[in-house]
Amino acid sequence: MERELRLMKGNEAIAEAAIRAGTDGYFGYPITPQSEIVEYLMEAKPYETTGMVVLQAESEIAAINMVYGGAGCGKKVMTTSSSPGISLMQEGITYIAGAELPCLIDNIVRGGPGLGTIQPAQSDYFQSVKGGGHGDYHLIVLAPASVQEMADFVELGFDLAFRYRNPVMILSDGAIGQMMEKVYLNPQKERSGTVPEWATTGKPPDRERNIITSLELDSAKQELFNLKLIAKYDEIKEKEVRFEEFQCEDAEYLFVAYGTSARVCQKAVQLARNEGIRAGLLRPVTLFPFPEKQIERFAEKVKIIFSVEMSAGQMKEDVMLAAAGRVPVFHFGRMGGMVPTPEEVLDFLKSKITGD
Amino acid sequence: MTEEIIIAGFGGQGILSMGKIMAYSGVMQDMEVSWMPSYGPEMRGGTANVTVILSDEKISSPILRQFDTAIILNQQSLDKFEDSVKKGGIIIYDSHGIVRHPGRSDVSVYHVNAMEEAGKMNSPKTFNMIVLGAYLKIRPVLSLENVVKGLEKSLPERYHNLIPDNEKALKRGMETVSRIS
Repeated sequence: MERELRLMKGNEAIAEAAIRAGTDGYFGYPITPQSEIVEYLMEAKPYETTGMVVLQAESEIAAINMVYGGAGCGKKVMTTSSSPGISLMQEGITYIAGAELPCLIDNIVRGGPGLGTIQPAQSDYFQSVKGGGHGDYHLIVLAPASVQEMADFVELGFDLAFRYRNPVMILSDGAIGQMMEKVYLNPQKERSGTVPEWATTGKPPDRERNIITSLELDSAKQELFNLKLIAKYDEIKEKEVRFEEFQCEDAEYLFVAYGTSARVCQKAVQLARNEGIRAGLLRPVTLFPFPEKQIERFAEKVKIIFSVEMSAGQMKEDVMLAAAGRVPVFHFGRMGGMVPTPEEVLDFLKSKITGD
Repeated sequence: MTEEIIIAGFGGQGILSMGKIMAYSGVMQDMEVSWMPSYGPEMRGGTANVTVILSDEKISSPILRQFDTAIILNQQSLDKFEDSVKKGGIIIYDSHGIVRHPGRSDVSVYHVNAMEEAGKMNSPKTFNMIVLGAYLKIRPVLSLENVVKGLEKSLPERYHNLIPDNEKALKRGMETVSRIS
């Protein structure tokens, strides 16, 4: 398969990959630092070529409910936003999860809380991996660390969303959204004309009515549905954990970091190794499901684990659960739109080595 | 080979596009590249900067504190980034509007009169290409041929008639850059 080489921003890569993946519909609303996605799609006019709908909704709330409607018809639909916009979408997202519908949601995270800042952050971790809206549910959360993965995870995200009938979130940040790197793009796929058997596109005479809803007033039935969801999440945890290891074989000190922080840590590992410090990096590619077993395994071998994230230590909680007290776990990070430098990460590592 | 560069100056000086042309040129030369801009209020005036990395290997962090080369185009940027250049690294600057010149003795300092030269050439917009020419003379990590190809890739087709002027500006930068210390 011949892939086309381009130099693109992460945001542009998502937009182009969405067209090429044969997406049926995009519904969004501009917000920094992800407005290039809407802009790119508007300029590319895929509705004239593949027939993909691109619509700027009147708000994020409208956008996610358009996604809900499109997904209910069995279409490949997506939205993108940044933190404050994603907060507005939470009601729609929990309804989509409750109705077991597939869709793709991209969050190009900026610093919060509130309107916060337009600079990159990873402070929406809890919201993304623990549910976000109300009720017992999970998204499948993918964390790209390069422009290439911004493109690749669109197709992967749709595959997982349809396989599990579950919303998938690409959790990225302003840095990866705004930076340019080389990206190899897949050839154009045709939009799929097939309608899943659960979709509500009109009742033929030979089957029961399809109903898409997240409402069940009979508690006994609702509990059975909750159990079904849990079984689905367990299957996802069993089969879909993705991660990458960097110089972990002989590591005494392990960084756990995703997205932009993982790139920074990769350089910190190189700097540490230049000074004879055996550091390594485990990069979760999926944040839900989280690579708990892998971290548990490293907790038996390494001296210290560092959860490096552009937040106040949200992922650290999951790292600590996985490490289960076997080894000290420290958080290092910057907040408010500040991105740590590799040197800062290395200095923190060294301060903890001399301290033990 | 890995070259880690910061380009910094005023918004509107063509800093982000200069970085973009370098990144495209790197792609033309089969290198790994990353282009990480400052974004946001800077685009509406004030200071702007971009980190460009060109490498033969896969690039780790696109965000850096230490650079091989700093290309500095105003006083605020000199104040901010002078100390971020690695020992033995390079500072290239245009003294236009600079009141406090670089003082480091453990780096090589070069000067290019890009603002003045662009005025003489009657094409102020090629300012950034004069600066890029100066950089390429000192650090020939990209061939001029690939930079011209990078220009073609980076500029929309309606501006391709301006490529010869840009090429002239690149050469002007190469000719006029001078070593200070």
